[in-house]
Amino acid sequence: MSKRIDVKDLNVYYGDFRAVEGVNISVAPRSVTAFIGPSGCGKSTFLRTLNRMHEVLPGARVEGQVLLDGDDLYGPGVDPVAVRSHVGMVFQRPNPFPTMSIRDNVLAGVKLNSKRLSKSDADELLESSLRGANLWNEVKDRLDKPGSGLSGGQQQRLCIARAIAVKPDVILMDEPCSALDPISTLAVEDLINELKENYTVVIVTHNMQQAARVSDKTAFFNIAGTGKPGKLIEYADTSVIFNNPSEKATEDYVSGRFG
Amino acid sequence: MTTAPPRQAERAGVPAAIAAQDSPRGDKVFSTLALTAGCLILAVLFGVAVFLVVQAIPAFTADPADIQGGKGFLAYIAPIVIGTVIAAAIALVIATPISIGVALFITHFAPRRIASALGYVIDLLAAIPSVIYGAWGASFLAREISPAYVWLAENAGWIPIFSGPASATGKTILTAGIVLSVMVLPIITSLSREIFLQTPKLHEEAALALGATRWEMIKMAVFPFARPGVVSAIMLGLGRALGETMAVALVLSSGALTVSLVQSGNQTIAAEIALNFPEASGLKVATLIAAGLVLFVITLAVNMVARWIISRHKEFSGAN
Ligand SMILES: Nc1ncnc2c1ncn2[C@@H]1O[C@H](COP(=O)(O)OP(=O)(O)OP(=O)(O)O)[C@@H](O)[C@H]1O
Ligand SMILES: [Mg+2]
Repeated sequence: MSKRIDVKDLNVYYGDFRAVEGVNISVAPRSVTAFIGPSGCGKSTFLRTLNRMHEVLPGARVEGQVLLDGDDLYGPGVDPVAVRSHVGMVFQRPNPFPTMSIRDNVLAGVKLNSKRLSKSDADELLESSLRGANLWNEVKDRLDKPGSGLSGGQQQRLCIARAIAVKPDVILMDEPCSALDPISTLAVEDLINELKENYTVVIVTHNMQQAARVSDKTAFFNIAGTGKPGKLIEYADTSVIFNNPSEKATEDYVSGRFG
Repeated sequence: MTTAPPRQAERAGVPAAIAAQDSPRGDKVFSTLALTAGCLILAVLFGVAVFLVVQAIPAFTADPADIQGGKGFLAYIAPIVIGTVIAAAIALVIATPISIGVALFITHFAPRRIASALGYVIDLLAAIPSVIYGAWGASFLAREISPAYVWLAENAGWIPIFSGPASATGKTILTAGIVLSVMVLPIITSLSREIFLQTPKLHEEAALALGATRWEMIKMAVFPFARPGVVSAIMLGLGRALGETMAVALVLSSGALTVSLVQSGNQTIAAEIALNFPEASGLKVATLIAAGLVLFVITLAVNMVARWIISRHKEFSGAN
């Protein structure tokens, strides 16, 4: 579990449009890394290259290397499907499968990989995943009810439970709290702090306080102008990025003097 | 087409009811329009039903010996009801998997260029008049396929549905079913395609991000989302297959009810009416209208079952 990520000279394209250029970054295992930057600078795009979700869009492609504990995710013969079961993802909008019960939602990914799961193993995994997502107490009496019947915050934690149930090495989160109220946001942030004990967590956020609260390191992305590719400007400990950044652009952005 | 009127009435009725509560003038106009349209459709439907019942009554009350066949209305209608159901069932058994497969291919597998070309061809199929299908089935398909029937009768004749002697002309209920399947294919395909396309990207990506293959993603995200829609697409196809007249009348060399699909024989309600109506008079007309009433009831029942299937899983539909 929990692997390190090394990205080398990564360029990301949508067709002919280069959305992200020349990213080099190393993410330590058992840490939380935040990606911040203005809208459209390619944070989501870059994040989605880390589990090969980028290429599901027509025309989308990637150049460069993403090493997971030294293994290139984009190496020849690597199956993107396998990559995605090692690198989990939580999306901006909660997206539990609406036709599935809470139980089936949590177990959805597991059932893909290991078809034969005994009832007791399944129950155990269900409980540990839901506890891991701080959701168990709220849903333990209605595991067979549809996941779409939960509140937005609960749905998001259900999605996190679903992601950790497959025991990934890395968890990617793209603005996981942007659709949530402050209380649910805190619940998810607490959860992120616990998750880093077992996982490498990468989170995209527009909320500076959130980045400061949850992350160990922060990466600031920026874009020179519309139609230009996004670039990684600065990557350092979170306290450095927020208090003593070495780049002027970073300082302007975190202090709100941007644009 | 049989399902369309009640469905539209319902769709139009619901927003009208909601709009009526907070209504500036535009909403009022719209809600009145929608309500009128809904009522009109119901009135037409009701009128048709009343007409059928009134005209059909003589067939039910007549002396059984006077009805065609001489054994009463039930003995007359039962075989052609069964024939209708068999033909429609064959059509659906063939068309459903192909349609869903083609729709999936178009929406999730084919490169964009091929997908749109294929979609266009499917839509063209829907535009061909049924008499053309009938002519094609009678003059080409039946002839080409009859050797297969002979083969089936020889080698699989022990299965009752393939028992011989096979029809030499190939004008059997199986041929009719195949022609019907080609006719309902575009309906089911294009509706399924629309529905598959509407699957939220969110859910597709959720499945992919869990490590699902494309096919697994389709099972996890696309099918559950599309299920009610595909069921109604199939039911629309069934409606067409049950009511289709011309193609069956041309293709099928009709006769008494038989289990074998490769012998000539069997008849469907719609074809029976079409073939006999022009020369019918008196009680015969009443009998045929009664047969039409039975077809009407069957189609209605099919739609109600479909609705029930769709609503059974409402809680899990994602609508909340
Ligand atoms: N599906 C797509 N096809 C083509 N271009 C895209 C697509 N998605 C994003 N882009 C472009 O890629 C660039 C980066 O977008 P991206 O969504 O990664 O930004 P972001 O940093 O996540 O922004 P936000 O903070 O608003 O989420 C933008 O210029 C955007 O227009
Ligand atoms: Mg984004």
